[in-house]
Amino acid sequence: MENVASGNAPIVTLTDAEKHFGPVRALDGVSLSISPGECLGLVGHNGAGKSTLVNLINGGLAPSAGQITYTDALGKDTLNPMSAGVRSVFQELSLCPNLTVAENLRISHSDLKGSGWRRRAREEISAALDQVFPGHGIDAGIEVDQLSIAQRQMVEIAIGFSPRGSTARLVILDEPTSSLDAGIAEQLLDHIRTFCAAGGAVIFITHMMGEIFATASRIVVMSDGKVVADRPTTDFTRQGLVDAMGHVAANSDPETQSEKRVLTEEILRTPQGLSAHRGEIVGLSGLAGHGQAEALARLYFESTSSWRSLGSKSQMVFVAGDRGRDGVLPLWSILRNASITVLGQGKWLLDHKAEVEFGKTWKERVGIRTENIDNPILSLSGGNQQKVLFARALASDAPVVIMDDPMRGVDVGTKRDVYRMIREEAARGRTFLWYSTETAEVCECDRVFVYRNHEISAELTGDDITEDQILAASFEMQEA
Amino acid sequence: MKRSMQIFTRPWIWSWLAAAVVFAMTLALTGADGATGLAYAALSFGSFAAIVGLGQMLVMTLGPGNVDLSIPATMTLAATLGLKVMNSEPGNAMLGLGVALLAGLLTGGMNVLLIFLLRLPPIIATLAASLVYQSVAIWSNRGLRIKPPEALADFATGRLIGVPNVAWVALVLSIIIWIVLERSLWGRWLLASGQNMRAARLAGVPVQAVRAVTYIAVALLASVAGYLLASFSGGAALNMGSEYLLMSIAVVVIGGTSVAGGFSNVPGIWGASLFMFLVVSMLNSYGAGAGLRMVLTGTIIIFIVIAASSRRGRL
Amino acid sequence: MQTKYRILLPVISLAVLLAATFWMQPRTMSYFGVNLLFNLAVPIALATIAQMMIIMVNDIDLGMGAFVSLVACVVATFLHDTPVLGTFMLIGLILSYAAMGALIHRLELPAIVVTLGMSFVWGGLALFILPSPGGASPGWLRALMTSKPPLMPMAVVAAILISIVTHLLIMRSGIGTVLRGVGGNTRAVQRAGWSVIWLKALAYGLAGLFAVLAGMALVGLTTSADANIALRYTLLSIAGVILGGGEFIGGKVSPTGAVIGALTLTLASSFLNFMRLNPDWQIGAQGAILILVLTARLLFAKREVRT
Repeated sequence: MENVASGNAPIVTLTDAEKHFGPVRALDGVSLSISPGECLGLVGHNGAGKSTLVNLINGGLAPSAGQITYTDALGKDTLNPMSAGVRSVFQELSLCPNLTVAENLRISHSDLKGSGWRRRAREEISAALDQVFPGHGIDAGIEVDQLSIAQRQMVEIAIGFSPRGSTARLVILDEPTSSLDAGIAEQLLDHIRTFCAAGGAVIFITHMMGEIFATASRIVVMSDGKVVADRPTTDFTRQGLVDAMGHVAANSDPETQSEKRVLTEEILRTPQGLSAHRGEIVGLSGLAGHGQAEALARLYFESTSSWRSLGSKSQMVFVAGDRGRDGVLPLWSILRNASITVLGQGKWLLDHKAEVEFGKTWKERVGIRTENIDNPILSLSGGNQQKVLFARALASDAPVVIMDDPMRGVDVGTKRDVYRMIREEAARGRTFLWYSTETAEVCECDRVFVYRNHEISAELTGDDITEDQILAASFEMQEA
Repeated sequence: MKRSMQIFTRPWIWSWLAAAVVFAMTLALTGADGATGLAYAALSFGSFAAIVGLGQMLVMTLGPGNVDLSIPATMTLAATLGLKVMNSEPGNAMLGLGVALLAGLLTGGMNVLLIFLLRLPPIIATLAASLVYQSVAIWSNRGLRIKPPEALADFATGRLIGVPNVAWVALVLSIIIWIVLERSLWGRWLLASGQNMRAARLAGVPVQAVRAVTYIAVALLASVAGYLLASFSGGAALNMGSEYLLMSIAVVVIGGTSVAGGFSNVPGIWGASLFMFLVVSMLNSYGAGAGLRMVLTGTIIIFIVIAASSRRGRL
Repeated sequence: MQTKYRILLPVISLAVLLAATFWMQPRTMSYFGVNLLFNLAVPIALATIAQMMIIMVNDIDLGMGAFVSLVACVVATFLHDTPVLGTFMLIGLILSYAAMGALIHRLELPAIVVTLGMSFVWGGLALFILPSPGGASPGWLRALMTSKPPLMPMAVVAAILISIVTHLLIMRSGIGTVLRGVGGNTRAVQRAGWSVIWLKALAYGLAGLFAVLAGMALVGLTTSADANIALRYTLLSIAGVILGGGEFIGGKVSPTGAVIGALTLTLASSFLNFMRLNPDWQIGAQGAILILVLTARLLFAKREVRT
């Protein structure tokens, strides 16, 4: 890589940047500049304005007020983020699944032209992958929809750092490690440090405190559309950072569980070896993308029918983590979204009054923050949408609740509420099957199944449930 | 003020406004004397479009890729078989209706089988199957033109309180479907499936059953429309359904039902059905030739779709 | 790796149908026999390619048949009588297709409805130009379509040529890749700095271009035109794309497959003629063949998942 530094002129400078969506001030006067060699950790709760800020910087949105200027590699001022070498890697996957890895590079690299562009694209993307993720094993000629989620994320990151005719000078990474396992994530963090040492700049958004402290040279904390703290990383402690975000954070150590319950009868066992007892909270763990989500979806699909409905008497309910794909019915109100599973109670004509009553009860019980449950579901923040999905599932009498990483992108407050509800329901005899990417959550469970390569590699109970044991079971084979 | 403006946010209002404007423009030329006659004709002919439109609406509510292209073939087949079994003899009307409905049940069931067992995209499945239905209709008809029983023909062309009987039938069907969509569990399931099939399934909605019932319902509605149309026009013809393929899709969209799925609109179907008839009769009375008539019809459809979508954008 | 195998099934279906035809009518196994079998395949193949361009960007064109009919009418009248004016009209039609694509994208209109509405417009214009069947094919066009190249009949040569050109354009070239990307993930393409409205206009413009070629080829074969000459092309072209291994969403298309799909459809109707099937059942048998091939595709796809 050529040296990307061009003096120390900031790559991007925001001056009093504001962004309004109707009456909502998503960004309320932010001034910020990012210079070559910096790794900026950007933290804040959901709705703090992180995404808006990032979208202003990468040119996806125009500011409502204030200005944004860029300096390109030659030190010239410009208004075009592209020519300043600003790149974004987004949280949701933004590859074309029907194209090959190399062809996807072509989409964001308009200079790949003329005969032989396919060969050059293959070489470039392979080189970028090798650089960021040594030993990745991804073939540049394979179509993206044949890759696992983690591999797709790796490709996306590699495209972000690849030269693409110019040089990447500022790479924005929005939750880049969300689907990566620990080893791969470490490779990425290594690369970020190398990249910044060579004069590149990175904006790094993540929920993982450890990653921020391991890579960021400077941390910017956002809250309510404003920057509330902007200091070198060395000036922060973990507790100080959490405080700065404006929430009284839950202790990052899981609250120790009072006592392990006595086992009751087994109510579920799959041929793959997944089992659960009545009233148990069963955790699914292991590296992301090793078959936990698929195992849960398959269990749900096989235990329920798409030809007949049992309403609230069904054996199993599902709480989606990928809300857009698996959970939310976007055209509907909060109420209709919550009531769909238990609706009707066996009758074909609906009882409007009963439904409204139902909505009131559950709005209170799960604490959905809205003035009116007839508002559209999409008017809620992600965390509150997730609460609606919890209400949908918990309102039924189903003895088994399946949760597919439901805490993805959910703020600390909501998480605490949900933990409490899960405990209460389990105490009443409900069984939870809970896949989580956060090991701390899994350590709360009564029984843990660790997945590796789409198979259960370990079943842990009681005191065996520790982070070390889970990690050991996740990695075992990969040490060789 | 605010409340009176609110009516303009209703998705069905545009098709009704368009129908009213076209109605007025026709009368501006022919004079107000023709008003009753024109309204009567619009209600008669609009009824058939409304019935098949209701069916197509249910299917399109299931979401992108869901559309029934076998409606014309089902109409023809149901009408042909119905008339054949009645054989113009009096007292057979109900038997004919039963056979027509049975034909609809069979074609709908066949579509469902193709869509589910062979997992074909509905567009292709209904398209391929409609060729088969068409053949069956040709074979069973053999070019004969059997007249409907006299009493049935009288009913189909008759009126009650000044409103055509066929319009009453279509109205009853519309009300039933409206209740199903707005007030029944099955309607909720349909709307949920249309928004996100996977999310609906994971929320416990029996999505495959919903789809199957929907594809059978559209075939039943098409067979009723075919039966009535044949009785109305004095016999079944092999091309009698052909104009209703485009018509059924057009009235659904003009009526304000979302093509993206998950939202349907019964009143809009009526506005759109009346509008589609009135446009043609307006252009006729203004002396437009066949070519010009088609060009203008197409242009108007597109303008209404644009108007409807820009309204959506503003909200 | 699916793309590499996607082409297999269309090839097999065509081969099986061809073998069955040869077996029933050995005399067709000759230069003239093959020419006869695939005589009408060229315009259908071109229309199928046109439809594929639209399906590639996740839309569907229900006005294709009416548009090809209109082109045929223009070719048989204006292009024949006043070639310069006729050429300009055809270019105008291609541009209006591109504009339609831009409009659909800009206003987020449902393509299925706009193309449906436009089918009335195309049909009306065609009636305007040719109220009753007639017109004549330009001499050069007639000569081209009925020429007899050595070794292989014109229909086969044209089919190979069309599939090579479109394969290079859609599967190999950079812009073709971006166009398929629009079908795969429009937002990703937009974020990468492409103007999606131009890409959509390009896809529709290409569709218009190939539909114009289809209309010209059709008139070259039939020597005259009428306003309804190609109405069935709407359904044929959609069926051809699907038979050829294309999918309705996600930008998964195969130009070579589409051409083969069109050949299969043409051959199917010739085959039914040879079977001396009761004419009542001809249409139905076409539908049955379509269902059969799609069933085979399903079994094929299932095997693939398992392996």
